[in-house]
Amino acid sequence: MQQRAIRDVLAGLIFVAFGAAFAITAASYEVGSALRMGPGYFPIMVGGLTVFFGVLVIAKGILVGESGEVGEIPWRAIALVLGAVLFFGFTVRGLGLVPAIFVTALMSSFASRTTTLKAGPLIAAGLTILCVLVFVVALRLRLPLFGPWLGA
Amino acid sequence: MDLLGNLALGLSTALTPENLLWCFVGVLLGTLVGVLPGIGPTATIAMLLPITFSFEPVTALIMLAGIYYGAQYGGSTTAILLNLPGESSSAVTAIDGHEMAKRGRAGPALATAAIGSFVAGTVGTLVLVLFAPPLARTALQFGPPENFSLVVLGLVFSIALARGSAIKALAMVMLGLLFGTVGADLATATPRFTFGIRELFSGINFVSVAVGMFGIAEILRNLENERTRSTVVQAVKGLMLTRADARRIVAPVLRGTALGSVLGVLPGGGHILASFASYSVEKRVSKRPETFGHGAIEGVAGPESANNAAAQTSFIPLLTLGLPAHPVMALMVGAFIIQGITPGPNVIREEPALFWGLIVSMWIGNLFLVMLNLPLIGIWVRMIRIRYNVLFPAIVVFAAIGTLSLALNPFDVYAIAFFGILGYALIKLGCEPAPLLLGFVLGPLLEQHLRRALTISQGDPSVFITRPISLVLLIAAALALLFAVLPSIRRKREVVFQEEE
Repeated sequence: MQQRAIRDVLAGLIFVAFGAAFAITAASYEVGSALRMGPGYFPIMVGGLTVFFGVLVIAKGILVGESGEVGEIPWRAIALVLGAVLFFGFTVRGLGLVPAIFVTALMSSFASRTTTLKAGPLIAAGLTILCVLVFVVALRLRLPLFGPWLGA
Repeated sequence: MDLLGNLALGLSTALTPENLLWCFVGVLLGTLVGVLPGIGPTATIAMLLPITFSFEPVTALIMLAGIYYGAQYGGSTTAILLNLPGESSSAVTAIDGHEMAKRGRAGPALATAAIGSFVAGTVGTLVLVLFAPPLARTALQFGPPENFSLVVLGLVFSIALARGSAIKALAMVMLGLLFGTVGADLATATPRFTFGIRELFSGINFVSVAVGMFGIAEILRNLENERTRSTVVQAVKGLMLTRADARRIVAPVLRGTALGSVLGVLPGGGHILASFASYSVEKRVSKRPETFGHGAIEGVAGPESANNAAAQTSFIPLLTLGLPAHPVMALMVGAFIIQGITPGPNVIREEPALFWGLIVSMWIGNLFLVMLNLPLIGIWVRMIRIRYNVLFPAIVVFAAIGTLSLALNPFDVYAIAFFGILGYALIKLGCEPAPLLLGFVLGPLLEQHLRRALTISQGDPSVFITRPISLVLLIAAALALLFAVLPSIRRKREVVFQEEE
């Protein structure tokens, strides 16, 4: 395989994987007929098309191969930003808004290499205050500031 | 006709203190995100959508619309002053606008952009007033086969106008359609792809998809290689146009407005296409094409008018057919649905105050923008100094809280992370995210119309080509697809889009 085709092949594989996963899962639902479509009909059809176009993307990549390299992948940023979002979802009810926002903001701010050890907590504290003002004071979001995990 | 009565109704809706306030807030926020590189209107509207949940429907839509056209406007300021287009549609403005700024003519360039945008915004709103009602009346007569073909046409257009590979865009649409099927099936209430997780029964929240693909994925893109932005800006002096300048911009503004009004209606990012098209038209008709790229005022006037006119008229397919023209409009569909209104031809009849109020507010918003932009130019320029390492944690936190506040469902927050990483991977592999979002929003509609159409026709698929309107729509879709895939046309398109890089 040519190095140049790698982006097309990877993209195509994503499409094939998702298309196949949806189509196979949908096959366990009632498919029905064109006249009376069951819940499985449309997803199987679209899943099949997704696989088809995914294969086309791969084929075009290998035959024509016009796209470049994948390039740099910011692993640290990916881990921190996604980790921050997931952390928020997991803990906001238990810890309450203030700690959840603070940690989320802190984690994501360190996703940038330009954030210094001193700046991170400052940014996080500022954002926590801003968010409490906007979402709790102004918009009356009904979530506790400090949650049950902290004994509040 | 009672056009005047409708406009009066719109005025009385748009001029309530509450609506005026939120219209102002909307265009202010829009200008801000237009100025700030690294955050676009799609992510902003997705994040703020949950907040508008508690508003009156018309107020919510007025504000969200304001963010959108405000951003078109704000993007031109940084394009001219710093050669940093905050929005992709103002990338063309940067070519000659920044050259003018370098020659000490930043003032006239900004004034031209403001005047052009205002004229275009006004005309675009008028076009909306004149063409939306008859189009909505036509669309009301559509049955399921026509509606199915219409959605197909919309999806195909989103491919034709997307950048990059058309096959990848097609695959993205399909992937979006698939994600749209998650949740209870509309007709039989069978849960699909929920894996027994109750939170998934109501489907994937489109705010999560939009925030993930346009907010988080974009942050990850920007963190690939961090550069410090230069923020050296010379003081802007003398906003007044000379008489000669004024004469030079009249025709480009009018041509740009006309071009933008037409192209804006096309699904799939007509406003970006409009500004590029306008630039090449101006260059072609100019008696001095050699001045383009060296500070030709026509190169600012035309594209700026075009993208603003397109921003207004891209509401036409949304308000009359329920068909979103691009990702921002797809979010507007979501905003309608959150408020319990189905966007489409019925809106104008069942919610006349909302329909006309929204339209009139756009003109008022354009007026605000002229007043905001020129006198406050210094403040906007200072905004660019906001460091990205402060901005992006704010986006992450706002995205998470905003999405959570929609239904207090933590699953919606996990979905942001999922679509963030998926979106990032796909964008990195050369796939545009917009077709996926449109597929996701339109998927349930497509399936519903398909089922109904085939039930009516006793399962005979020829119903789509025997009904004349449906046939015409499908032929148009086929032509658009051909246009998108044909290599010779594609190459020309690549050239047009390359200037954006």
